[in-house]
Amino acid sequence: MNVWLRHHAHSASQCVKRLAAAPLSSCLNVLVIGVALALPWGGYTLLDNLAGLVPASTARAEVSVFLSRSADKKDIDDVSAKLRAREGVKSVRFVSRDAALSSLKTSTGLGDVIQALRDNPLPDALIVELSRNDGDLADEVAGAARTLKPVEHAQVDSAWIRRLNAFLGVGRTAVLLLSAVLGLAVLAVAFNTIRLQVLTRRDEIEVSRLVGATDAYIRRPFLYLGGLQGALSGGAAIALVWAALSLLNRDVSTLASLYGTAFVLRLPEPWQCFALVLGSTVLGWLGAVISVSKYLGADPRQS
Amino acid sequence: MAAGPIIAFSRVTKRYPGGGEALSEVDFTVQAGEMVLLTGHSGAGKSTLLKLIAAIERATSGTVLVGGQNVGALGSRGIPYLRRKLGIVFQDQKILYDRSVMDNVMLPLLATGEPGKDAARRARAALDKVGLLGREKANPVALSGGEQQRLCLARAVVNRPVLLLADEPTSNLDADSARALLQVFSSFNGAGVTVVISSHDASALSDMAPRILMLNRGKLA
Repeated sequence: MNVWLRHHAHSASQCVKRLAAAPLSSCLNVLVIGVALALPWGGYTLLDNLAGLVPASTARAEVSVFLSRSADKKDIDDVSAKLRAREGVKSVRFVSRDAALSSLKTSTGLGDVIQALRDNPLPDALIVELSRNDGDLADEVAGAARTLKPVEHAQVDSAWIRRLNAFLGVGRTAVLLLSAVLGLAVLAVAFNTIRLQVLTRRDEIEVSRLVGATDAYIRRPFLYLGGLQGALSGGAAIALVWAALSLLNRDVSTLASLYGTAFVLRLPEPWQCFALVLGSTVLGWLGAVISVSKYLGADPRQS
Repeated sequence: MAAGPIIAFSRVTKRYPGGGEALSEVDFTVQAGEMVLLTGHSGAGKSTLLKLIAAIERATSGTVLVGGQNVGALGSRGIPYLRRKLGIVFQDQKILYDRSVMDNVMLPLLATGEPGKDAARRARAALDKVGLLGREKANPVALSGGEQQRLCLARAVVNRPVLLLADEPTSNLDADSARALLQVFSSFNGAGVTVVISSHDASALSDMAPRILMLNRGKLA
């Protein structure tokens, strides 16, 4: 056990020495891999932020049914009962024209303008919540509502959300593909970096083998190097994404304030940063495994 | 190592792809504690024979036993453990010029998991035995030809091998340096280490090795 630990300690120190021996090329390698990781990760973070724009309550499929101004309580109850009886309808909520106006005042910041109106222009409405997020069902319920009297208009509220969700879905797939392609690029860069290290040290490897070093002993510093390089690249990617988001946030917050909201791009969570560093470490290590195994793979004897 | 001959070759043939036979049906044994001089003209198969003992090459046919272990049957994982029992002085030296004399000698010890301090102590002892103590921090480039060979010898013996192999260790040395180096080999043999030295020039060494094996075109004469 002591020998095993000593080997690992020796390998770790060798790996740090090798990295420090060529600081410029080490930094450039880390930066190249870091940029390759930052692209999909930054994309993922942006999409994650966009997804946050969709409030959970509005992500559900809803139909707004606007009633004629002549509708009385009996009409409202009648329409409510008919809609509630339909298959796929979870609940029907009445929103009075006064409540709607009050809500409009607080949510849009147009209180002064609304105050200037002589009369409340908004109609009474019924908000129909569906039991499942199904576009066809929402269209069907809206169509049925339009045939009822005294309904003036019915609209599917969640259409834009569904479009946004579809857009986010496309974005996520694109990020996934980009991650896969750039993951391969990271693997290739790690493979190549370690291959160059192996070639630079081929005399040492040859002598070490001849004096009784096992392949595991020879391989280990290179694997540490690949892993460390991957971890540092993950750190570089975090720094790049953090800097980009911080820069973007200055403009985004100004834009959001013009719309009366306080939206800012959230920086990645600590667990997401940890996952990135872990992933990049594994990729760096894997590149090193492939590279060193290719070199050491042959039987130490010549045939 | 097991009792019996420390080296046993039985009908060993080595044929290189596209080339002729380097060794042909070679049979011999070396007992523990012997000092053997392997001689023959250039291309006689001396280096090949030593490489077969150290599992650097694989015999085409026949059996090579080292310490009772069949070298040909060793898997790639077993070879490092065989080599740790051997000390090898290579014809092309295989010195690492990007590190100090001390680091070169410590290499076999670190590879076997020896703690750094113990490795340094043993490396200094090995350098002392070959007369290089005081040159630990020097770069091997700064050493003379004879000193470089002694460095190789120190690296070969630092792991306290039971069998010391040397391939043409005196080929680039003047007569005095060669004689001094052979005295060191002889002293290791006196301490119980089996020594096999190959040289194309038997006259310089024959008075030091009680047993001479002569190779001629891959066959033992």
